[in-house]
Amino acid sequence: MLTQLIISSLVIGSIYSLMALAMSITYKASEIPNFAQGEMAMISTFVTFVLLNSGGLSFYPAILITILFSFCLGLLLEFIFLRRAKDPTPLSFIVITIGFQLMLYGIAGWKWGSDQRQINLPFSESKVIFQNDSVAITELNLATLVIAVAVLFLIFLLVQKTKLGLAMKACQQNVNASRMNGIPSDKILAISFGISSVVGTIAGVLVAPIITLDPSMMWDPLLKGFAAAVLGGMKSLYGVVIGGFLLGIIENLFGFYISIEFKSVVAFAIIVLVLYFKPSGLFDKHYVRKV
Amino acid sequence: MAFFEVKNLKKVFGGLTAVDGLNFALEQKEIFSIIGPNGAGKSTIFNCVNGLYTPEEGEVIFKGENLVGKRPDQVAQYGIARTFQNLELFAHMSTLDNLMLGRHIKMKTSVLGSSFLSFKRSKAAKEEMHHRRKVEEIIDFLELESSRDQFVSNLPYGKQKLVELGRALSLEPDLLLLDEPAAGLTQEEKEEMIFWIRDIRDLLGITVVLIEHNMQMVKNISDRILAINFGKPITQGTPAEVLAHPEVIRAYLGEDVNEAV
Repeated sequence: MLTQLIISSLVIGSIYSLMALAMSITYKASEIPNFAQGEMAMISTFVTFVLLNSGGLSFYPAILITILFSFCLGLLLEFIFLRRAKDPTPLSFIVITIGFQLMLYGIAGWKWGSDQRQINLPFSESKVIFQNDSVAITELNLATLVIAVAVLFLIFLLVQKTKLGLAMKACQQNVNASRMNGIPSDKILAISFGISSVVGTIAGVLVAPIITLDPSMMWDPLLKGFAAAVLGGMKSLYGVVIGGFLLGIIENLFGFYISIEFKSVVAFAIIVLVLYFKPSGLFDKHYVRKV
Repeated sequence: MAFFEVKNLKKVFGGLTAVDGLNFALEQKEIFSIIGPNGAGKSTIFNCVNGLYTPEEGEVIFKGENLVGKRPDQVAQYGIARTFQNLELFAHMSTLDNLMLGRHIKMKTSVLGSSFLSFKRSKAAKEEMHHRRKVEEIIDFLELESSRDQFVSNLPYGKQKLVELGRALSLEPDLLLLDEPAAGLTQEEKEEMIFWIRDIRDLLGITVVLIEHNMQMVKNISDRILAINFGKPITQGTPAEVLAHPEVIRAYLGEDVNEAV
């Protein structure tokens, strides 16, 4: 039973990890926690749904177009809304992202209503790949885990091994110095939002068959992703990913052994505890500013 | 035509005119200093040159092109590097990484190409090695070996200033803008800084504009000096001429004691 629990924890944990990573990418670049993340992923997932059902596309072209769409959605948020802000403070940025979130939520509600829909991925929930007395792994479980880990790996490569990653790191540490060294900080920020949006969208598409598709589908994953990011340390990419998996495990074990009713409260208890005992998160290096 | 020219520069903040009617021109390989009391508008001139501010009027001409309206990263592409009065460093990176970032604009490899860095003979790896060599040269040049792999935030202030200078050099600029290079340095470090600025001009052939309060330094290394006060030029010329100018003396040392009484 425990093995089965751990497996399902890892599956949901991988979704949390993706959401946390998406949040961390933009937070690292701009210190803005993007609350529109979830809704951006939701809209993009609806795009997949439309392409699959009305568009008649098969899964892979549909997902490619979706990724492109969500990347542009990220650019759009930065370019149209955040960049225009006059004398911005972190608070005004947060309000802008919340505004964007409500806007997207409204659009989705108007266009698709609040019906719960089914999205058909090429991975089946009923096809069991591995089974013995205590454990069963479905195709969907395995695919979710594999895809999530692959995406996490790609993002690490991107951030740590490429010129773009270096530029992102530079802008995050000192915008003025970056610009002086020929790094177009505005573009880098826009690209960060684009990439973060794509990561969120992959989480959205993967989670859609588990929780059914509707405009409020990403609320829970967003908040859990946020909790995971706080747990791991917002600014450490490794940290937030580990935080995501940890949260999945803690939540499931708590739900099974202690109380299923309070299962979703665990995440918020964790936020409070982390902020109380180690505000920089479990894995973030804590820099003390010298005076 | 002059190598670098600022024509009729004007910058206004709200009701305050920070810089007004400023003209100067530099020949290649000159060391040119701008002096003036605090708040005279010196740093504003630099900020207008490299695109942090857009001036209300005037032109900044470099290599025959007007730079006004260009973004800082574009100005950097033209070959203008600068340092700041209050250091602007990547504090949580090593000295080496800070300098490598200065090479950023020189790197040609695309995002995809650079993903294959791990393959030794790839184009990206070769390029990386080339830039690494250049950066190592600068580290040698400024004698930064001992701080090479340390986090910049852990270095003493004087070293941090050198790292910032090194990062500006790693852009391989044609024009270097130094904003108070001697501020906060010990006497010994100041003297070293004078050497380095001279070497930068003599050995690397870079034209230097500096803003400085330290008269010893200014007198020592400048070919010409521009003195400003309240954003307006007082005079310009050789160090001897400018430092003997009565208005410069008044701006720096205050009204003559006898007149004030």
